[in-house]
Amino acid sequence: MTDGQDMTDQTAWMLAVRDARDKAAFARLFDYYAPRLKGFVMRGGMDAALAEEIVQDVMLTVWHKAAQFDPERAQVSGWIYQITRNRQIDTIRRTGRTMPEELKHEDDHEPDAGQVLAMEQEAGKLKQALSRLKPEQRAMIEKAYLGDLTHQEIRDQTGLPLGTIKSRIRLGLDRLRHELKELREP
Amino acid sequence: MSDITHHIPEPMLAAYAAGTLPPVFETVVATHVSMCATCRAGMQAHEMAGGAVLEEGGAVDLSDALKADVLALLDAPAPEDLPAPKRKGIYPGPVMAALKSREPRWKSLGMGVRQSILMDGPDGSLRLLYIPPGRAVPDHGHNGIEMTLVLQGSFSDETGAFGVGDLEVADEELDHTPVAGEGLPCICLAATDAPLRFHSVLPRLLQPLFRI
Repeated sequence: MTDGQDMTDQTAWMLAVRDARDKAAFARLFDYYAPRLKGFVMRGGMDAALAEEIVQDVMLTVWHKAAQFDPERAQVSGWIYQITRNRQIDTIRRTGRTMPEELKHEDDHEPDAGQVLAMEQEAGKLKQALSRLKPEQRAMIEKAYLGDLTHQEIRDQTGLPLGTIKSRIRLGLDRLRHELKELREP
Repeated sequence: MSDITHHIPEPMLAAYAAGTLPPVFETVVATHVSMCATCRAGMQAHEMAGGAVLEEGGAVDLSDALKADVLALLDAPAPEDLPAPKRKGIYPGPVMAALKSREPRWKSLGMGVRQSILMDGPDGSLRLLYIPPGRAVPDHGHNGIEMTLVLQGSFSDETGAFGVGDLEVADEELDHTPVAGEGLPCICLAATDAPLRFHSVLPRLLQPLFRI
């Protein structure tokens, strides 16, 4: 499943970075994500110079931590989103962000093509669903994931379509259960 | 593991994925996610939604040198990260991190109930609670939110029964008296964003002393 035929370009580039340390593929990831990242960080209220610092750090983290990318569990933009928020929170808070325990990775295991594709299809559906929201709902979703809403504010936004996101949750659950079991029984 | 029935409420999981929960709640959520496949999948769904916002929200042109600067740094050594603390016994990685990889320092609250404070500040407090089998935690309400995650044993209160991995999220509406189940002592990770209010006089007098 390394021919990348059915994967999005982003996933194929990311796997080339992860498995072959392919700098050309990284350059393509950069061209695609760096301007979007800059836009994302600036919408969160940061000026252009600081935003570029964050873009630089996040993209270098993508390169250095590529081994942690697992296309069966995450999709590239979701993985980069999480790295970006970690980096932003590091600038705001004294203490770093507390993350869950990492699941164990089996080295050299061949990714399950069906699972990777299912993940990408879900991501596509989720994007479509978000794009069909009413403008004010979309704006609220954007604010929530930019980190502009407190937990209380998210709770109070009863119109926030969290159900749209929840519909994806079934996916990957069996696999996660399996990996969690392995984590518990070393 | 598969028996977890009380999960993280959706708005809280969204706030966690966006990184906007106060540290004391964030630690409880990270600990529950470490134990619960359902909520880990939920967290990843929220990260995926965050990814969609990142991808679709609009791009801004970069300054000319940025790409070359980043590509030139690829061969520089990666910054060293401290390894994240690993699970030890009943304490998942995020709890070990809050314990700074040390054993809990238990202090008695009387009647066999003990606590070990992990964080305490204006944004709330985080503690481990140790409740002997069959013992009650003094009747209390709270001004804000209280999260209680079972790490060992079980407890039950007016709202239901909670076993290992189960999370109770209580708000100011709930006055409850959790009672530890039979069997192993109940050990919980508990976070509040405001001081608890005890109803009987004695614990109320002791409250400032014990910082509960």
